Amino acid sequence: MKVLVSFKRVADPDNANKVKVAPDGSRVLAEGLEAKPNPFDDYAIEAALRLTENGKSGERLGEIVVVSIGPKEAAQTIRQALAMGAERGILVLADDEQLDAWVVARTLRVLVERERPDLVLLGKATVDGESGAVGGILAEMLGWPMSTLTCRIETRDGGKTFTVARELDTGVATLHLEGPAVVTVSDRILAPTAVRNGVTPDDFAYPQSDTGRYASLKGIMAAKKKPIEETSLQALGVDATPTCRYERFALPPARSGQVRFVESAAELVQRLRTEAKVL
Amino acid sequence: MTDVLVVAELLDGKVRKTTMSAIAFARVVAEATGGAYDVLIAGDDATAAAADVDGYGARTRLACQVPGGYVCEKIAATVARVARERGHGVVVATASAFGKDLIPRVAAKLGAAVASDVLAVEADGGRLRYRRAMFAGNVFAWCVPTTPVHAVSVRQTEFEAAAPSGGTSPLHTVEPEPDPAAARVRFVSLEAARRERPELTEADIVVSGGRSLKSAEAFRTVLEPLADVLGAAVGASRAAVDAGYVPNDLQVGQTGKVVAPKLYVAVGISGAIQHLAGMKGSKTIVAINKDREAPIAQVADYFWVADLFTAVPQLTEEIRKIRSQS
Repeated sequence: MKVLVSFKRVADPDNANKVKVAPDGSRVLAEGLEAKPNPFDDYAIEAALRLTENGKSGERLGEIVVVSIGPKEAAQTIRQALAMGAERGILVLADDEQLDAWVVARTLRVLVERERPDLVLLGKATVDGESGAVGGILAEMLGWPMSTLTCRIETRDGGKTFTVARELDTGVATLHLEGPAVVTVSDRILAPTAVRNGVTPDDFAYPQSDTGRYASLKGIMAAKKKPIEETSLQALGVDATPTCRYERFALPPARSGQVRFVESAAELVQRLRTEAKVL
Repeated sequence: MTDVLVVAELLDGKVRKTTMSAIAFARVVAEATGGAYDVLIAGDDATAAAADVDGYGARTRLACQVPGGYVCEKIAATVARVARERGHGVVVATASAFGKDLIPRVAAKLGAAVASDVLAVEADGGRLRYRRAMFAGNVFAWCVPTTPVHAVSVRQTEFEAAAPSGGTSPLHTVEPEPDPAAARVRFVSLEAARRERPELTEADIVVSGGRSLKSAEAFRTVLEPLADVLGAAVGASRAAVDAGYVPNDLQVGQTGKVVAPKLYVAVGISGAIQHLAGMKGSKTIVAINKDREAPIAQVADYFWVADLFTAVPQLTEEIRKIRSQS
């Protein structure tokens, strides 16, 4: 099975409250924040690895191609995914600020048509732009079926068909997809038995974790020899015209007031009734 | 003049209340640009469900019978065709799991820019500008699509559910548009969450628990009695859902639901940025936590530094007392 995963670098999501805006509102300033993999893309890589390995023996069974669209430094992010176990990387050089969901989807489309994977796996959104639109646009461009906000994925035929579960507001829906397909994943794809590939024994459970796996030393060494192809939007012939223009950015108004510490249930209830007037 | 196509969300043969936020958005656009809005109801029993959106001021109601459970590929082509034929400048759905799934695919069919999870819309000389949140709600951005048609999802908490405005909207039937992609996806089942409590995104009060509750049992015996006396919805942090204490549809945050109730009570929740993104729009925030330094203090109005296992039952009792007096 061949899986294509896209992987974006973002400003450290755990410090997103330190992001600033230029005084003229023209752009977001994330200087000083460490660049990290988009968490949902990290989960997508983990899901791709679980689909293409025997989880028990660790044997690799398929191929993962990792794509990152962004500045030259995104090669490090690709290298991390290769260290985790992915086979190959493609770096598409682009200025982060010129990317919108359409530009990313157009780029992935060109690569998908060239690479012909059985599955495209993406995070459900990036935590910087938070548009969450790439999966749907890409699936439609390709004419492929899709599953978004996916919390379980299973294949029993080496990636020809997939049974997936989607997290809804009101429960969980199960769908059956004929591949090739586009799947976007949520946090829950990391659950110990959320990914099944018919090769990893069904009684095998991955460890509970809230991130993708860490690379082993062996993986890091091996990654140094794995190929990363470097290309660009232009070289791929991608129309780089964004569909949205961001006119202005601003910090949201701060919550008014200071935190007030209370000492007892009686005091809390009294303040909620008389000060906040919410009870 | 911009006409808007609202896509209704269906559940159990009825229009979900989420749809009323998309209608509220459509009213803003219609009023600002002198346009009109239509509501498309596509799915099982669409014609019957269409009654739920009569009297909301739509120019027309368009019902399309699509049997079987919701699958994006079965309705996206119909939405796009209707929008194209009738010249809608904006297609909108509420940014629930439904809208987040549907809108990008419809956008791709229409060559439309996507504005996701929109918080507000402004019309500037007939040109629409959308305010969105980025970076876990830490930046606001004003986005102007450069495409003729816009595909928009709106955040439910920012567009107060439209109230009926009287009158009646003519009901038309539309034929489903075939889509080759639909032949490759099959709806298997829906495991629906059934709850007695109010829905998270619609509740006036939300009581949420974190990993510190330590078990599903504690959610039931410690947290739920507090929710019961308050008539509140129950929510949870990602950690509590990951640990299996409660089902995923109760998660509040960047994954999960964005809520903005009158009162949010965070019990044993440290306040990771991803959680704050889903609740910091609440009017009043109460934190109950052992750790005085927990990041939840950055957004809390009231903070009770206490062990939740003793504090929450005391609070429950105190509220029960005042409720029985009034």
